[in-house]
Amino acid sequence: MNLPEPKLNIASSPHLKCGLSVRQIMLQVLYALIPVCFFAVYAFGLSALLILMTAILSCLLTEKVFNYFSGQNLNSSDLSVIITGVLFGLTLPPALPLWMVCVGGFFSISLGKFIFGGLGFNPFNPALVGRAFLQAAFPSAMTQWSPAFAADRFSSLPTSSLTFPFFSPEYDQLSSATPLAALKFSGSNSSEMDLFLGLNHGSLGETCSILILCCGLYLIYRGLMNWRIPAGIFLVIILLTNILSFTSEELQPSVFFMMFSGGLMLGAMFMATDPVASPITHWGCFVYGCIIGLLIFIIRIWGGMPEGVMYAILLANAISPHIDKLFQPVPFGRKNA
Amino acid sequence: MLANFFKHTQYKTFAHGIHSDDHKSETNTLSIKQFPFAPLMLIPLNQHIGKPAIPVVRAGQEVNRGELLARADGWVSAPIHSPVTGKIKKIDLMPHISGDLVNGIFLETAPGSTQESLEALPCYPDESPDSILAAIQNAGIVGLGGAAFPTHVKLKAPTGKQADTLVINGVECEPYLTTDHRVMLEQTDDIYMGVRYLLKITNAKNAIIGIEANKTDAADKLLQNKPQDLALDIVLLEVKYPQGAEKMLIKALLNREVAADKHSIDEGVIGVNIATVAEIGRLLPAGRGIQERVITIGGPAISNKGNYRIPIGTPLDFILHTVRFAINIKQVFFGGPMMGPAAADWSVPLMKGTSGIIAFTGSNHESREKTLPCIHCGACVNHCPMSLNPSMLGLLAKNKEYSSMVNEYYLKDCFECGVCSYVCPSHIPLVQYFRLAKSFIRKQASKQ
Repeated sequence: MNLPEPKLNIASSPHLKCGLSVRQIMLQVLYALIPVCFFAVYAFGLSALLILMTAILSCLLTEKVFNYFSGQNLNSSDLSVIITGVLFGLTLPPALPLWMVCVGGFFSISLGKFIFGGLGFNPFNPALVGRAFLQAAFPSAMTQWSPAFAADRFSSLPTSSLTFPFFSPEYDQLSSATPLAALKFSGSNSSEMDLFLGLNHGSLGETCSILILCCGLYLIYRGLMNWRIPAGIFLVIILLTNILSFTSEELQPSVFFMMFSGGLMLGAMFMATDPVASPITHWGCFVYGCIIGLLIFIIRIWGGMPEGVMYAILLANAISPHIDKLFQPVPFGRKNA
Repeated sequence: MLANFFKHTQYKTFAHGIHSDDHKSETNTLSIKQFPFAPLMLIPLNQHIGKPAIPVVRAGQEVNRGELLARADGWVSAPIHSPVTGKIKKIDLMPHISGDLVNGIFLETAPGSTQESLEALPCYPDESPDSILAAIQNAGIVGLGGAAFPTHVKLKAPTGKQADTLVINGVECEPYLTTDHRVMLEQTDDIYMGVRYLLKITNAKNAIIGIEANKTDAADKLLQNKPQDLALDIVLLEVKYPQGAEKMLIKALLNREVAADKHSIDEGVIGVNIATVAEIGRLLPAGRGIQERVITIGGPAISNKGNYRIPIGTPLDFILHTVRFAINIKQVFFGGPMMGPAAADWSVPLMKGTSGIIAFTGSNHESREKTLPCIHCGACVNHCPMSLNPSMLGLLAKNKEYSSMVNEYYLKDCFECGVCSYVCPSHIPLVQYFRLAKSFIRKQASKQ
């Protein structure tokens, strides 16, 4: 009976945790992005590899520098910066000069994330903030699309990639238009099979829609992504495209084309679902997805640009807190109140 | 995982909640054993919700096991009976699981104290509802599931209201706890005796026993021994926390949603814990008061895990020394680890509402992981059984915007099941924030 009586720790219940951490969530998202990255490198070769690496490194470095000068450690270990880097890299055209990638990475983290307070506080998807900055600053470089599956993609780099910082790039070959631009500006439709399998050109990670869809479904299956957001986007796009095909005589994109072209799949699966910048309630998420779908549709069909996913998501990000406020869950026992 | 999904869907349940590891296999096959008497019993006077009992003994007095120690102070109160034969040492302040010091009776056990107990007049189910209610109060019976609300108060429907269904809670959704499981297996007849009393009092048409699907043997046992004349159903439920919460259980069993500011009687339901039913069925025919209860003693830091019938008032140090504990014991909870309070003091006594004593070692005590900002993952929203928005509530609590928490985000609907804190990947102590906020609000209200 004379066993010592150790001090007891006290804490407020619950005393159990399910064991899921932010780090694990981020790791799963990264795993889900790996196949997309591999396909980007496979399709675009060395330049894609370099762009992805530069994007990740510039994001990481920016965060380290800001942490150092601000004297606080805003969670560099949680992998979210690496995800931002990967996503940012995947939205870029393959022949973009690497120095522009660096500039974009810097703005992603600084303007998109750090000034708002770091992890959990960014009102916009940081990767898209970086891309939007590049789109505004270097509009021509951001629309030069080098062809996918070039024969020498693993042995040589496009000359534009290694442009000296702050100089304008020169391009080896005349760039061809993306499927969306081709439809918008010259009225030609691309092969649906090519779109589906990713045989077209476009940004690094947006070409192979089926792969992105599968990677997103993996995250949904693991319960780490809110399926209501992509569901809302797809629903609205499918509905509106169908309605349009009845009302207008001009050349119309098919539903299949709308779904699998451009950045829609990458945006719907990995950008719009950034939890921090999207609503948290179930109906809020669905409405937010619908709004993104609507904006994409408007920009694509009537806008001046061929592609609208980025701006659609950024705009929806801005109103996401208000959506959340409007679509609060109805508590148990208050359905009739 | 997919197979799991289909397995879950075959039973009734409520929306949201969590599927956690229940850890019940460690003790659910061990039958109830009698626990020895401690040399000194600490018997707090407020073991129940309501007014504390008033002592009717004085220091130096010798009492028999089963003798009245303190009488109920009014309707919402319960008397306390002596758990052992012995001598009153003093009536003084004693440690309480809440961390406060409370008034209580220190009772020195006589060396020869036996299981023999003083008995009063028996009460049978054919007596009038009022005399059964009085017998339940005189027996000192309170909700044994943990809330410790005086049972006779709960059973008496307010004038003008009538219950059509008696819901008996055999859910036991807290991890590690197996007391109700063992009671269902070993006190089947007591339970049916208790049901007779309750049906008589409430005048309900039928009774339903809700049991989670991890206790199918108990459900089978109850079904096999069910008396023919009893209007009673036994329903298996999906294993999900916090199904034992009364509103969740009523939703799962009857698909009735008790409104936020109403009680279960407003939906025609009176809910009673199954251990309470068994105690009523065991004590009333004998004319005894409640002197002991069944608890699970378990968790990784306990050597002789098991289910014990233990005298009320047994201090924690005696319990732990009797069942042996690991030297690196770090946390002890009264009740389950999801809602049970942690003991700060080794001499805290066991009370009527304590359904288990669970001890964790240093190694499985979660090292306090750094709290990260909310990343809006929505896990808390997806799992909150009350469909609140814990993420937003947590943000408001941090900014001390209490009135907005209450008025816009229904803080007062939260019954502190702890699911939000359990699932939060950022390790934000959400339910703990809410408790703090509620206590601030209470303080402000009492100032005005």
